[in-house]
Amino acid sequence: MPVKKEKIEMPKQPAAERIKNFGEVALGYSEESARAEAERCLFCKNKPCVAGCPVSIDIPSFIKLIKEKKILEAYQKIKEENYLPAICGRVCPQESQCEIVCTMGKIGEPVAIGRLERFAADYAYLRKNSVLSASPSGKKSKKKVAIIGGGPAGLTAAGVLAGAGFAVTVFEALHLPGGVLAYGIPEFRLPKKIVAKEVENLAAMGVEFKYGYVIGRTRTLAQLFEGGFSAVFIGIGAGLPKFQNIPGENLNGVYSANEFLTRVNLMKAYKFPEYLTPVKEIKNAAVVGGGNVAMDASRCALRLGAENVYNIYRRTRKEMPAREEEIENAEEEGVKFNFLVNPVELTGDESGSVSKMKCVKMKLGAPDESGRRRPVEIPGEFVFFEVDTVIMAIGTSANPLLPSTVPELKLNKWGYIEVDPETGETSMENVYAGGDIVTGSATVISAMKAGKTAAYSIIKKLK
Amino acid sequence: MFEIIEKIELAEDTNLIELSAPDIAENALPGQFVIIVAEEKGERIPLTITDRNTEKGTITVVYKILGRSTADLGRMEKGTSLFNVAGPLGKPSEIRRFGTVAVVGGGIGIALIYPVAKALSRCGNRVITVIGAQNEKLLILRDRIASVSAELLIATDDGSAGRKGFVTELLEDRIKKEKIDMVFAVGPVVMMKAAAAVTKKYGIKTIVSLNPIMVDGTGMCGACRVEVGGKTKFACVDGPDFDAHEVNFELLAQRQKIYRKQEKKACGDCQCR
Repeated sequence: MPVKKEKIEMPKQPAAERIKNFGEVALGYSEESARAEAERCLFCKNKPCVAGCPVSIDIPSFIKLIKEKKILEAYQKIKEENYLPAICGRVCPQESQCEIVCTMGKIGEPVAIGRLERFAADYAYLRKNSVLSASPSGKKSKKKVAIIGGGPAGLTAAGVLAGAGFAVTVFEALHLPGGVLAYGIPEFRLPKKIVAKEVENLAAMGVEFKYGYVIGRTRTLAQLFEGGFSAVFIGIGAGLPKFQNIPGENLNGVYSANEFLTRVNLMKAYKFPEYLTPVKEIKNAAVVGGGNVAMDASRCALRLGAENVYNIYRRTRKEMPAREEEIENAEEEGVKFNFLVNPVELTGDESGSVSKMKCVKMKLGAPDESGRRRPVEIPGEFVFFEVDTVIMAIGTSANPLLPSTVPELKLNKWGYIEVDPETGETSMENVYAGGDIVTGSATVISAMKAGKTAAYSIIKKLK
Repeated sequence: MFEIIEKIELAEDTNLIELSAPDIAENALPGQFVIIVAEEKGERIPLTITDRNTEKGTITVVYKILGRSTADLGRMEKGTSLFNVAGPLGKPSEIRRFGTVAVVGGGIGIALIYPVAKALSRCGNRVITVIGAQNEKLLILRDRIASVSAELLIATDDGSAGRKGFVTELLEDRIKKEKIDMVFAVGPVVMMKAAAAVTKKYGIKTIVSLNPIMVDGTGMCGACRVEVGGKTKFACVDGPDFDAHEVNFELLAQRQKIYRKQEKKACGDCQCR
């Protein structure tokens, strides 16, 4: 039988339906579809996919196990390298990592590795067979390790360290775990029960979670060491939202994407007033930015009942940093894209609420350091949008809350923590860091990789 | 954790609760706040830490029932536990020897100036405390405040206690009589704005503690944007204390009203304002 050139399709909620709910958009493979997709793998000798995976999952092996109907074993195989497979199967940019290098890609579409990863994890979860094996040696160390921040980097580090027998405590500033997985990524892309499940697994391994615990305020880093912790991993995320610094940005109805998404996702404002945190009623929203966060915010706004959601991006579709899949989903759902425009002023009504956004038209100039063509203003040419909500999704900068309380901690010129990339170690002994607070805004999987690297360094150091 | 170990009704719709929170108590300083989540589906509510007891491992906060979330909190009695409390958050107030300091509190703000007055007194300042409310019954924590003040001046809107009028009038009278080196003022936006206007006239440095809407309280969301000296600041991490003469109070008042409509909806048929 010749190999099928196209991926097996994964069912999705139809766009007209899904914009009325916060249920998951992509519905996942059936066992049959998963096996059919697994059949497409050529099991080539050089395994480019493994090299393409930031955490080096043995991809062909787990695909082979799916093919052989050994799905729980496939799940265990993934778990050897990746502690959060149900999450990565959903939010990893596979198209630019494992799938882009897939040998099948030369003769057709690459194998849908992400969908298969998700299938194996979901299958295992349904069968409650997802608790990580405890310390393989069964030995428990008395040494305590503190993890600051319960996002992807921290949760991964906690899993590796608990697996090695350390006593791990995760200090999370918010009242729920997950970091960006909880406050940032919407329910329709990553159901929160999956995040809760991963945290349950860690708790079952003996990881202790403390919520509302802000290191730098509730306790200082020094107090953690005084309190008996032998090592600390800092995975506090990127933090401070950036604004455009234009007139009118403090008008009512202007949000940072962090605030808007936190209200909607973490605080579940879409279920207001069952959940008590509100979000403003939206008729016409502008979402500024071209990344995944902008796509998430735009699609949340639609689901909250917005009639028009205008995405505002200063470059063109080609330069958008968002995943193609997310841009397509947003297009299908009716987000109205406006390229080569940049906001210069917001004006409000008599109550102080934003009512109009003025944008200058842009054109693409010479490439900048990032290799993308730099957007240049076309002087005097403006477009206007009538809006009642503006969401700024233009990135974040380092949150100084913790670093400012630890002068010994070496930071780079942007305020991110400097680490040895091989080990994750900072300028302070036994203090490690990883994720967005080191690299600036990046992906869930790169944060996980950093958490894993640091955890292995800590194990080596404390042994 | 976070058990209510004491609850006192200070006035109608105004309660004091003492919470078991040993880790927060240990590092809490005057001027800092906590964010509480009363129940799993609740809002994150910022409340100033009124007092702490490191031996008992407790913190005290005072809240006024203003809407659905505070009404829900108001129904939680001694012995129940809050879902979560995060803190201490924000920068502590600057406490040092200034000389003679006027500490001004209006309404619920009286509870918020107590820790500042106490710390300033301990530091060797002569503390003149000026408190005001609509009527005598709403003059909360009067004895506690008196115990940490060299002098206590009182104003009520209806004249039921102290002078009939506003705290700002008392403040201005005192400034005319005696050299005041520094003023701390906490209360409703209109009161803080009026206090700032008075002290500006006399060139007295004044600090206000701002209370915008917040969500995370750690600098992550920017809901609490305020304008100080023409620049945008996040009250949760850059404040909550700011130089009163630089604050854009109109913007603060405007941003406090963002969710008026939703606040009414959350209250449904109940009468919690």
